Amino acid sequence: MASGAVSTVEETIGSQQPLLSAVDIGKVFDDRVVLERVSFSIQPGQIVTLIGPNGAGKTTLVRIALGLLDADSGTITRREGLRLGYMPQSLHVEPTLPLTVQRFLALALRGTKESAGGHEIEETLTSLHVPHLVHAQLNSLSGGELQRVLLARALLRKPHLLVLDEPAQGVDIAGQAELYSIIDSIAETQGCGVLMISHDLHLVMSSTDEVICLNHHVCCHGKPETVSNDPAYLSLFGAGVTDSLAVYTHHHTHEHDIHGNVIGEDECTHQ
Amino acid sequence: MSDFLSLFTTDFILYALAAGLSLAVVAGPLGSFIVWRRMAYFGDTLAHSALLGIAIGLLTGANPQLSIILSCLFFAFILTVLDRSPNVSTDTLLGILAHSSLALGIVVLALADSIRVNLEAYLFGALLTISASDLAWIIAVTIGVGGILLKFWNEFVAITVHADIAEVEGSRVDRLNILLVLLIALTIAVSMKIVGVLLITSLLVIPAAAARLLAATPEQMAIRASVIGCVAVVFGLLAAFVADVPVGPSIVVCATLLFLALTLLRGGKA
Repeated sequence: MASGAVSTVEETIGSQQPLLSAVDIGKVFDDRVVLERVSFSIQPGQIVTLIGPNGAGKTTLVRIALGLLDADSGTITRREGLRLGYMPQSLHVEPTLPLTVQRFLALALRGTKESAGGHEIEETLTSLHVPHLVHAQLNSLSGGELQRVLLARALLRKPHLLVLDEPAQGVDIAGQAELYSIIDSIAETQGCGVLMISHDLHLVMSSTDEVICLNHHVCCHGKPETVSNDPAYLSLFGAGVTDSLAVYTHHHTHEHDIHGNVIGEDECTHQ
Repeated sequence: MSDFLSLFTTDFILYALAAGLSLAVVAGPLGSFIVWRRMAYFGDTLAHSALLGIAIGLLTGANPQLSIILSCLFFAFILTVLDRSPNVSTDTLLGILAHSSLALGIVVLALADSIRVNLEAYLFGALLTISASDLAWIIAVTIGVGGILLKFWNEFVAITVHADIAEVEGSRVDRLNILLVLLIALTIAVSMKIVGVLLITSLLVIPAAAARLLAATPEQMAIRASVIGCVAVVFGLLAAFVADVPVGPSIVVCATLLFLALTLLRGGKA
């Protein structure tokens, strides 16, 4: 988007410049095709959820989007000056490294003017309902607490785009629902885009703007509402105990073999 | 007692003390990174390879201090590049390089009949024979290394805690890694004279390991490691005179005793 003709502002709302767009991304590891012609884009305030089986290339795609990994083909375009907040799947801190939550979070503010940042750190922890953790050692946190602290680190940079790799991993069901509602309200109040990998579709879907089903290529994508308008469907999310992939009802006109390759040539369609 | 104190007014003791203390100050934070990043064996390898640098320096008549520094930087670079090879694991690679370069260094020194070298001084250090120019090298390098460590402190801590987050936040992770490795290489090169090839890593690692027991943040650990290192240097020097033993090993023994004492004292809490 950075190049080409100057776009005019009075085009449709849909043509607003995305925070990040990926076009025809391809990645091969040791002759194994991990990603094949994957395209998507994220607008400010939009929540995009990436789902798919293990080994489908979700994390690889996110790492490419973050700039941690180079794609073999295709292009990633980030909006100029885009600030990213990244929350990895987990964090392992060497037991030999003493680290308080306060110190860990202060690292996010390095190089900025507010290098002290104590005030901001407390505010962010409070907004995530864990202000009491500020002096705790990172190694002593529970799974759910660590996820919130990681989210706080990502938020402290006031990101335009928040990238979350399975944010609810190791968090119990009630905690997951709360975490997702926090992420939801962050996207709403701060207007940042969210790109999220998830296995827990039944909890995510109600607040997601776009779901991308990935298995090396984009199998299908769309708004959850277009997938199903059934009110019973949404209440199902709330119940949150049903099998996740069964909830996202759609039919593929093609099958995958055990390597994830497509058998048959038809495009997939939504029901 | 006054005889004993007068020791500390003689030049060679003052040189030894100044060299040992300035090394201990940078060894605190640098050793902490070595502990956090599990690089102890890496430091060992660099130190061993330095003997080859000494041998080549003596053969070619180059400045020995300079040839040690160059060989340490060279091996640090080689290790960083080779470490990316997927076919040889890091510890195997370090094992091969550490011992082959040490062996090669000793062979080269033995073959060169024209040079008579006190091998022991290089293996175990010769702090008391330090010259004014040695001291100048040590102080210059420690000031440089300390300055760079201070300037990039937050960056180094960030890439050590989580390299991916740091990179997304804008850190140049690859460059910072190489910079840190070069700082370690430089420090090892100039501390050769103080504790010797075989004991250098211990001066970096032991004070840091001891300081871990007293620290809640990376900064506390780094500063306390420096203090513990300084205490070990002072008492190691004293003990070396009282008991008439080699200084380098005496300093390392002191650091180890401090580590053991702290471990016993803090054992219940840790």
